[in-house]
Amino acid sequence: MTSAPVAGAFAATVARDRRRAKRKAAWRRRGLVLGLLSPWIVGFSVFFVYPLVTSAYLSLTHYDLLSTPRWVGLANYRFMFEDDQLVWPAIKNTLWLMVFYVPAQVLFAFGVALMLTRARRGVGVFRTIFYLPALVPTVAGTLGFVYLLNPATGPVNIALSHLGINGPLWFHSPQWSKPSLTLLGLWGIGNMMIIFLAALVDVSRQLYESAELDGAGPLQRMRWVTLPSISPVILFTLVIGVIDSLQYFTQAYVAASIAVGQSASQSAENLGYPENSTLFYPVLLYQQGFRYFNMGYASAMAMVLLAVALGVTLVILRSSRLWVFYQGARR
Amino acid sequence: MSTAVVEARRVAQRKPPASARRRRFLLVVADHSLLIAAAIMFLAPFIFIALTAVMTNEQALSPKLWPEPFRWSNFVDVFRTAPVWRYALNTMLYAGLATIGVLVSSIPAAYAFSRLRWRGRDVAFVATLLVLMLPVQVTIVPVYVLFAKLHLVGSLWPLILPNFLGDAFSIFLLRQFFMTIPEEYADAARVDGCGELRVLVSVFLRLAKPAIAAVALFEFLYCFNDFFGPLLYTSENSSHWTLSLGLAQFRTVYQVQWNLTMAATLLFMAPVIIVFFLAQRAFVEGVTLTGVKG
Repeated sequence: MTSAPVAGAFAATVARDRRRAKRKAAWRRRGLVLGLLSPWIVGFSVFFVYPLVTSAYLSLTHYDLLSTPRWVGLANYRFMFEDDQLVWPAIKNTLWLMVFYVPAQVLFAFGVALMLTRARRGVGVFRTIFYLPALVPTVAGTLGFVYLLNPATGPVNIALSHLGINGPLWFHSPQWSKPSLTLLGLWGIGNMMIIFLAALVDVSRQLYESAELDGAGPLQRMRWVTLPSISPVILFTLVIGVIDSLQYFTQAYVAASIAVGQSASQSAENLGYPENSTLFYPVLLYQQGFRYFNMGYASAMAMVLLAVALGVTLVILRSSRLWVFYQGARR
Repeated sequence: MSTAVVEARRVAQRKPPASARRRRFLLVVADHSLLIAAAIMFLAPFIFIALTAVMTNEQALSPKLWPEPFRWSNFVDVFRTAPVWRYALNTMLYAGLATIGVLVSSIPAAYAFSRLRWRGRDVAFVATLLVLMLPVQVTIVPVYVLFAKLHLVGSLWPLILPNFLGDAFSIFLLRQFFMTIPEEYADAARVDGCGELRVLVSVFLRLAKPAIAAVALFEFLYCFNDFFGPLLYTSENSSHWTLSLGLAQFRTVYQVQWNLTMAATLLFMAPVIIVFFLAQRAFVEGVTLTGVKG
């Protein structure tokens, strides 16, 4: 009768060993996850968390990179909203992008994709042609458009004059500079178009057929079948568009500096040409931070940008519950 | 009995009435003429840029739209006017090293986010998406200060180094693709005695080749295209300028004419468009991948 306790002790050791092995395996797994993620953990901390925290601190200081930051409390924010003559134009310009530029892009990309789905022949060729401008490097596209829309000698105004139309000053006119940038933006909708195209092709045939049987015309089918089916993609393109509009920089910077005809890097004063009409928020932030080296003030601007970016994204995502339909279930 | 079949076949083969056919034909014509008009509008900028690139300077400033004579030497003059090879070398250095960095750091991270289960994974992934959602300008000041303190401003390193520490967009894209690979493949490899690392290397890397190609392509193009980064970190040191920065300064710094500027513009677009035609599938797949889980 001594075997029972022995067996029990044996079972206990086995169980303990197994637990130990399990714990060891768990540690090994944790080690593996940590190892795989370690570059990203460092990158995330150094290039995201640390800058966010430091930005918040610097926004409360006066800092020019050379001397140590000097605490000024909320002075930067107060200056921004009360004294800076350029902040409001910059905010208005960026708002213009959100209200006109982004919806125009989304609508146009959707329209082009819709046209493509109706084509019988040459879909591949047309798709390639519509996608191609999206590949053109931003600086090259902007230079091209400043030339094309050159008021006196550009091909567009020459063509317009043949039609008896006196073309506008485009990039040289405060009224037309943002529409000119919008034309450039519409030219490069290739990526959005591909995403819409993929979504449109995925819309279920049966839904169309049953809608048609119920007597729905083309417009009704668009309203009650197509739009609900692709609403997640509309949401996606809107979010991406709004985020892009908050960091809209290169086109405005290059267009202004080329149009004004001075070196792009030498003079900061030409940013926003003409008459601050292309001075978008990120352009002003760049000017304050890296031309005038008002690092504290630029940080304050960055903090406001952070709040706006988070706010706008949240609002869009929240409101999406009202109009985005996911396949199968209404969320 | 057979007459019924014949009759049925005849009914099936009967063409729709002429009016319906005409309507359908007109609709097809309308659709296609709209497409062709749009295609011409999309191509027109390319055509005018190309035409101007081979004009003389006087022609570029005249109302004539067709070059006469064709001045092909513009393309040679571009290389004489600015150190284009220097810019190209810098661009390759930036884009090449950054792409390697992104692949080396983002593939393992994407694997951990998609195929391994651990506490806090979802929170960490949302944090990663947050990086993607926020404008770069939000964090740019302290990052610049950091590189200034390391005395790296004025070189390409501030552009290259961060890529070796992961890139949120690439991690996101690769994760989306890894999620679609059936777990059975991985299990089969595990049964055969593969450790997790071997599973990643011999199963996922092989199956995810199209996604990895797309990520590499996007990263390379992003760097090739990038203007803000080079402007921020290298603008004071023209020996480190990239093509995009060089092109933006081209017309103004070197006092050159529109015809040469357009020739340079064309030369700058050409590589991207050539690569696109060579790797069209990777592009379209990649773009669609970004939108699938929208």
